[in-house]
Amino acid sequence: MTHALPSSQPTAARPKPAEFLAFAVLAALLAVAPLAIYPFFLATALCFALFAAAFNLLVGYSGLLSFGHALFFGGAAYVAAQAAKVWAWPPELALIAATAFAGALGLGVGALSIRRQGIYFSMITLALAQMGYFLALQAPLTHGEDGIQGVPRGKLLGLLPLSDDRAMYYFVLALFLAGLLAIHRIVHSPFGAALKAIRENESRAISLGYSVDAYKRVAFGLSAALAGLAGGAKALVTQSATLTDMHWTMSGEVILMVLLGGMGTMTGPVIGAIFVMAIPEVLNRIGGPNFSQWMTVIQGAIFVICVLAFRRGLIGELAARARRTL
Amino acid sequence: MIPLLGISTQALFGQLLLGLINGAFYAMLSLGLAVIFGMLNIVNFAHGALYMVGAFVAWFLLNTFHIGYWPALVLAPVGVALLGMALERTMMKRLAGLDHIYGLLLTFGLALIIQGVFQNLFGASGQPYPPPDLLKGGFNLGFMYLPAYRAWVVVFSLAVCLFTWFMIEKTRLGAILRACTENPELTRAFGLNVPRLITLTYGFGVGLAALAGVLAAPIYQVRPLMGADFIIVVFAVVVIGGMGSILGAIGAGFLLGLVEGLTKVFYPQAANVVVFVIMVAVLLVKPAGLFGKKI
Repeated sequence: MTHALPSSQPTAARPKPAEFLAFAVLAALLAVAPLAIYPFFLATALCFALFAAAFNLLVGYSGLLSFGHALFFGGAAYVAAQAAKVWAWPPELALIAATAFAGALGLGVGALSIRRQGIYFSMITLALAQMGYFLALQAPLTHGEDGIQGVPRGKLLGLLPLSDDRAMYYFVLALFLAGLLAIHRIVHSPFGAALKAIRENESRAISLGYSVDAYKRVAFGLSAALAGLAGGAKALVTQSATLTDMHWTMSGEVILMVLLGGMGTMTGPVIGAIFVMAIPEVLNRIGGPNFSQWMTVIQGAIFVICVLAFRRGLIGELAARARRTL
Repeated sequence: MIPLLGISTQALFGQLLLGLINGAFYAMLSLGLAVIFGMLNIVNFAHGALYMVGAFVAWFLLNTFHIGYWPALVLAPVGVALLGMALERTMMKRLAGLDHIYGLLLTFGLALIIQGVFQNLFGASGQPYPPPDLLKGGFNLGFMYLPAYRAWVVVFSLAVCLFTWFMIEKTRLGAILRACTENPELTRAFGLNVPRLITLTYGFGVGLAALAGVLAAPIYQVRPLMGADFIIVVFAVVVIGGMGSILGAIGAGFLLGLVEGLTKVFYPQAANVVVFVIMVAVLLVKPAGLFGKKI
């Protein structure tokens, strides 16, 4: 903070031109990516990248480690699938419904889980997500083990058919970039600065008069809503919503993406998500299907190495190096 | 057989017994979690995986070396405790002073590694493990048939829990441990080797988990993922009971096991979620947990 005068609202740091440049480069790269890589794979990867960025909004900027974000991702996927398939809603409405559902659910789960602090918070989110998983397993609406299959992608705004993978990819890319910009906006707003203050020193923030719980609840809700947008988009891309998206392994996977890329960095989660998505593909290519059984072990090993050796993640570590040499 | 509310007493008491057994495992696991959290400030996500390893060590001893249940009841926890202490010395130790989320992330990664390796070696299906000869059969109590092995598990785990409580609350060693939890610097200044105590505590905690695993082996099948979902329920139990008191952890464990068993009889659809629902209720009414005070 450069201001010497205290103000009632924390002033947010002005975004640097370098960040806009990085964003423009990322957008340009992703726009031409379908020339080299299958659009279907890319679209799925972008959904996970948005999911990771949404998760990072919570863990990276408010320091709350949710172990249950699969609940919002997977839950919203069910909502989008149900809306698009059973109610025959157009894709944009299905996505709005999914986002709203996840946001509302997030406000509720957030309000409950911040009643306990620190390590209990993670355990409560994990337990609540597991409860959601069992409900999805048993509820008739979600069709148990089968999930909802054959979800139509529909026509965007009634005009553009999304059945083509390439069209779907560019739609997801637009969603992804909008989501990233929204996160950027939130993080660099006075609200985001207050979140960071809470992360750094909660008791200080309380003594400065911030209603810390309200901030945490809203941060949780925003993160959940964006995770829901990602989940809904994934349901449209893969044309299905299944239990896998709600399982605790999915919550673990998104944590891995953010940890590997760099918690509290803008581009880190995106890079992390792409890495984590690419691992099984690479494994398949070098070792065949037998090799991909070791996916869990490799993920676990990345967790251990990240925590022990580079806690700032790929991007965080790079940024720290760059600053040191400058 | 006398039916009660349309449910045969056999089914009712059978499920209650199974609930009590599950409760015993909840109690032993949450006890270990509480002790480890007190000393290391780490919530040990690998607890469920090490519970599974305990069961697999017993299975392995039987099928490879023909070492039976009784020696396994000692060997498996000791082996897992040694493994745990090695992990603590090489990894957890480096996290001292860091934000507690790193402990959770590290142990989560360890759990993935352990479970992944066992899944690759043994597949997802379960391996049977027979109960020891001495405890085969059971007793007819008139209102229910009581399998001897299940009775043994309840009695033995209750004894282990109470022994742990006695050790921590009533002995000199326990007093030293509580002192470490309260103020490690000051305890160190009194000339006690705190890092060694921390390592031993971690070993003891995961040893308890492995012991529960051996006890579980003849009741449930020995599966690589037997601890994965289990640990999440144990986390909920810990949130409900609070990690503040030893007796609270034991009581909450047994109680929730019983409630789960009852739910299985009267409303089986909700059996999977009842512990989580209770957790939500406790959070709304008494957010600090039923026996909540900082350990």
